[in-house]
This record gives sequence, structure tokens and C-alpha cells, in this order.
Amino acid sequence: MDPIFLKVVVGTTLLASSSAVVGTFSYLKGQSLVGDAIAHALLPGVVLAFMLGDGKNPAYLILGALVSGLIAHYGIAFIQNRTKLKSDTAVSLVLSTFFGFGIMLMSVVQQRGQGQQAGLERYLLGKAAAITMLDVYTFSALALLLLLGVALFYKGFQLMTFNEDFAHAIGLPVGLIRVTFTVLTVLAVTIGIQTVGVVLMAALLITPAAAARAWTKSLPQMIVLAAVFSAISAILGTLISSAITKMPTGPWIVIILGLIGFTSLFIAPEKGWLFKRKRALENRSKINRENIMKLMYRQEEKRGLGNKLTGPQILSIRAMREDALRVGLKDLKKRLWIIEHIDGFSLTDLGRVEGRRVVRLHRLWELYLTERLGMAPDHIHPQAETMEHVITPEIEALLIKELGMPERDPHKSLIPYENE
Amino acid sequence: MDKSIEVHNLTVSYHSKPVLWDVDFTLPKGKIIGIVGPNGSGKTTMLKTIMGLLDADSGYTEIFGQPLDKVRERVSYVPQRESVDWDFPADVMDVVLMGRYRKNNLFKRITKEDRRIATEALEKVNLLEFAHRQISQLSGGQQQRVFIARSLAQQADIYLMDEPFVGVDAATEDAILKLLRDMKNEGKTVVIVHHDLQTANEYFDWIVLLNTRLVAAGPKEEVFTKELLQEAYGGRLTVLSKLGDIIGSTEFPLREPEFKEDKPEE
Repeated sequence: MDPIFLKVVVGTTLLASSSAVVGTFSYLKGQSLVGDAIAHALLPGVVLAFMLGDGKNPAYLILGALVSGLIAHYGIAFIQNRTKLKSDTAVSLVLSTFFGFGIMLMSVVQQRGQGQQAGLERYLLGKAAAITMLDVYTFSALALLLLLGVALFYKGFQLMTFNEDFAHAIGLPVGLIRVTFTVLTVLAVTIGIQTVGVVLMAALLITPAAAARAWTKSLPQMIVLAAVFSAISAILGTLISSAITKMPTGPWIVIILGLIGFTSLFIAPEKGWLFKRKRALENRSKINRENIMKLMYRQEEKRGLGNKLTGPQILSIRAMREDALRVGLKDLKKRLWIIEHIDGFSLTDLGRVEGRRVVRLHRLWELYLTERLGMAPDHIHPQAETMEHVITPEIEALLIKELGMPERDPHKSLIPYENE
Repeated sequence: MDKSIEVHNLTVSYHSKPVLWDVDFTLPKGKIIGIVGPNGSGKTTMLKTIMGLLDADSGYTEIFGQPLDKVRERVSYVPQRESVDWDFPADVMDVVLMGRYRKNNLFKRITKEDRRIATEALEKVNLLEFAHRQISQLSGGQQQRVFIARSLAQQADIYLMDEPFVGVDAATEDAILKLLRDMKNEGKTVVIVHHDLQTANEYFDWIVLLNTRLVAAGPKEEVFTKELLQEAYGGRLTVLSKLGDIIGSTEFPLREPEFKEDKPEE
């Protein structure tokens, strides 16, 4: 493999994953914007370091960025503590002022005609391909330092993010933990802007964390997953930009990260859109199913055991969509809750238990509403129509216990129990 | 009387508006103590100041006759349940283990002993079966019990709890009460911020009645009188609250630079 290409891949992967690891804590702290502000605020420090130093040595740039980033961070904190401004205002204020100052400095450099001005522009949008071997070594070392720092301070960062007051109360060195986190964030941003630049930096910090959060509920897993997502994006981004000429690396990395992020939000378990959609469908078919069983059980109550009903008959008793009924009946047949005869459907023993359960819940809830919430008997039916589908066996047991195993509902209908 | 907490002439302000005026009391050891008062009476501020989370303008507090920093490991704190984001990626065990974090093990891994203690704490609050449940999936009462388990895992001698009975179900309330009595029987001191007068008399042995200033502090039989309750709950003193408003709006400095001087030399 091409050694230059390999160099870029290793560099960007390390840079991207270490930013993601630090970014996970920023994300959980609800400080997604702070990383963005710090990234923009690094610009004047970087340009000043460039003007004062020789522009090639990454050590100057790191130092410049670090100082500038720390000033910005404490500037935001100072404004928040000393004024009545909201935190988003403080963040935007610092972000725009520092960035403006940085751009102004850049044009000064340009007017002076300093030779390597092209080298500076890479900090705006990033230019991974321009990474030198020295850069790769320096920033990889920094990235490892970052990962080590997070590993060492894991407990501190975890507790600070979850419950800072408690960390304080048990006597943890909160000041030290806070400063360390700030320095690590600034460092992560400093090395991150090598690849994606100031403008896109927030994506490198926050998107991997947001994507990882959709998949897991454990903090260690979330950190690892965020780093993996970042690494994948870095590798793919570098591949694409090297395969197609004149394609920038940074924006590609960010685009792939974005794709991973959106996909995660879409398909992730529990929190994802797809999962919610599926649950909504399941709920609807449960309601549909239970409504049919209830109807058939009540018809049996009126007309006797083994009573048969045809589709149109069911529709004449309860208004429901024809296709919903068809799907529901098919589902019930598969569950062996009903049997289809030539002249209609009838309940099986299994189905009768289910129908009895739904009717029992309905009547129990109606009784609860009148007895405990003092509602009038002519107002309770619609509520019970919903709750009969929601009540779990646990709540059912509670209801029966609280109502003292009642015999009849408020409309004097018998409440059907299973005969043990 | 064996002293647990001493509060000396404590004045604390929030956004430069005084919330506690010159409060002074001493609490006994081995009792269940309620800090009781209406909303906005400075109860939480009191607790946070004792825990060193807020700075006093003047006055000071001591625990077991010493400044907090010297006895931190003997003191446990249960913050208000709503003060944290329960959507945080952690399970019940993770949170209880936080009670084992110390200054001197911050960079070390969690030990088997830590896990054993955390497991015992979970057992005491009846949450053992939930050890690996996500904290976001807990009910309010269960969340409160997780916080109490975390505090038990600290194995302290004095426990400061901020409104542990708010928004919990009857089962949790009973569980907490039973736990409190067990702790008392082991000689532990429990200080609880509580706003509900109805239950205060039943829960506590000793009561501090607070309404920005100290109304009364003592055994509940002495403090729970009609006159004192009226004084605490019958609205704030007009002069005090007006003065507070003025100090707040003019940002008048309340901190007396020399306030530490009236603290006895150690």
C-alpha cells in the first residue's frame, strides 16, 4: 500500500477517534456547542503561533491553540458566572469574537505575504492530505495521550458528568478533574482541526457520541462505539478522497459520520424511528386483536357457548375497518384462538380465556373509575375501551385486590374470572 | 449531648440574595433529624452549605467537631433526585458503586470489596434484582432508593438527605423509614430535608424549623408546637425579606472578610 496514503489513514483515524472519546463526555454533559466554540476560538492562537514561530513546527501550533482554547473556555465560564446571559449566548459571543479575530489575523498574514500562508488555510476546512510525517507522529502521540487521560480519569469524568454535586460532596478533586477535562477537550479539538478544520470540528466531537448513544446504554460501550464510528469514517473518508482527485478528506469524513449518525437514529433499537414505528404497529394489532376477542366473548355471553359469527356480523356489531378485521381474524386463527367454520368463526378454549380476560379488564376498570375516581357510570366506557389494552397482569392483580374481587361492574354485568 | 453537626451564625446567599440569616444550632448524634420548613425557606441551601457545595457569607459549620474536609469519609450526601439526568448511560450497580469513589482511589479500578459493599447496599434497599437495570427505566421511588444505596455504600456515620420522600410510592416510603430506623439503631445520624409537616412529626426525633432564619431546633416534642409552626409557616418576616431584596438588587457585599476569625483555633 502507498506509504503516504497509509500515513494519512493512520493519522486521521487516531485523530478522529480520540476526539470522539472526549466528545462523548461533552455530549453527555449537554455541552455539544462548547466544542464548536472552542474549535472556532483556536483560530487566533494558531495564526499567532504561525506569525511568531516558523509555521512548520506543530509544537508552536499546539501551544498557540491550547492557550487560545483555554482562554475561550474560561471566557465562556466567566460570562456565565458573572452575568445573567444564558449559556448559549455566552458560547456564541465567545465563538464569533474569537473567530472574527482569527480571520482578521489571517488577512494580516496574507497582506504581509508570508510564504506559507497556504499552510494556514488548512485550519479552516482541514487538509488531511497535507499532513507531514512530523505531524503524524506529534498528533498520534497526542491522541494516545488523550486516550490515556480519559482512561485514567474515567471515574472522575463519569461522576462529574452524572452528578457533580456528589463528586464534590465525597471530596473528589473536582477542580483538577474539571481542568483536565478542559485541557483534554482543547487538545482533542487542536488535533481534530488538522483533519477537518475549525468549521467542521463539532461534527467530530459530537456526532460519534450521538450515534453511539442510540445503540447502547453503557458508558464504556458508548465510548468505544463512538471511537469505532469515527475510525470507520476516517478510513472511508481518506479512501474516497484519495480515490477521486481533488476531493477533500475532512468534509468526506464528516459526511460519513453524519450518515452513520442519521442511520443510527433511524434504525437503532428502542430509541430509533424504525423501532418506534414497529412498536406502534404492534400496539395497533394488539388492540385490534383484543377488540375482536372481546366482541366474540360478549356474543357468547349473550347467545351461548360456541356461538358463530361471520365477518359482516362482526362489522355490524362494532364499526372497524374491513381490512383490519381481515388481518385480525387471520392473526387469531394462527394463534388458534378462533376456528373458521363454513358459517362463521367461533372461539376456541384458548381464545375464550383471552376474550374473558379483556372483558374482565374492561369491567374492572369501569368499576375502579366509579368507585375510586367517583366518575359517573355513563362516562366511563370510552376510558375503559383504552385501558383494557394497557393493563398488565400485575396491575390487574392490584385492581382485583383493591376492589376486593368484585362480582359485578357498574352496569351490573358479571365480571368473568377464570375458574381455578 | 454528643454533637454531630454544629452550625455557627451561618449566613448564606444565593445570587447575592441572602437565603439563610444568621442560623445557629447544634444537632445530636444517633438521631433521625428533620430540617423542616416551607418552600424557599433555605433547607436545601443549609444542607449544601454543610456539604461544602455552597460558600457561606459568614459563620461556619462543623461535623463531629471538625471541619468537613477532615471528616469527609464519615459523611454521606443524598442529593435531590431531580438534580441529575436519569437518562445517563449507567445501570443501577454503576451508580451505587459511585458511593465507593474516594479521593485516594480516583485513579484505581473498582475492587471486589467495593462490589461486595455495593451489593449489600442494594440488598438493603430491596433493589438487588434491579442491579443491572438501566437507571432510565426506574420509577421515581426506585431512583430514590438507588441514591440511598449509593449513600449506604459510602459506609459513613452521618447521612444528609435532600427530600428523599418527594415523589416516591408508599412502598418506597416504608422501605426508607425502616432503613432510617435501622441506621439509627446502629448509631448513625441521619439528617433529612423535608417540607411536609403532616409526616414530619412521625418521621423525626429531632426537628430544625427553618424559614430563612432559625425558628426553633430541638426534640420534636419541644419544637412541634402550634406557635412555632405558625411562626415557621405563617409567611416570611416582612423586614427580613425586604432587606434581602435590597441586598440582592444592589449586590451589597455580605461577606465579612474577617468572618473566619471567630472560629476557634484548632
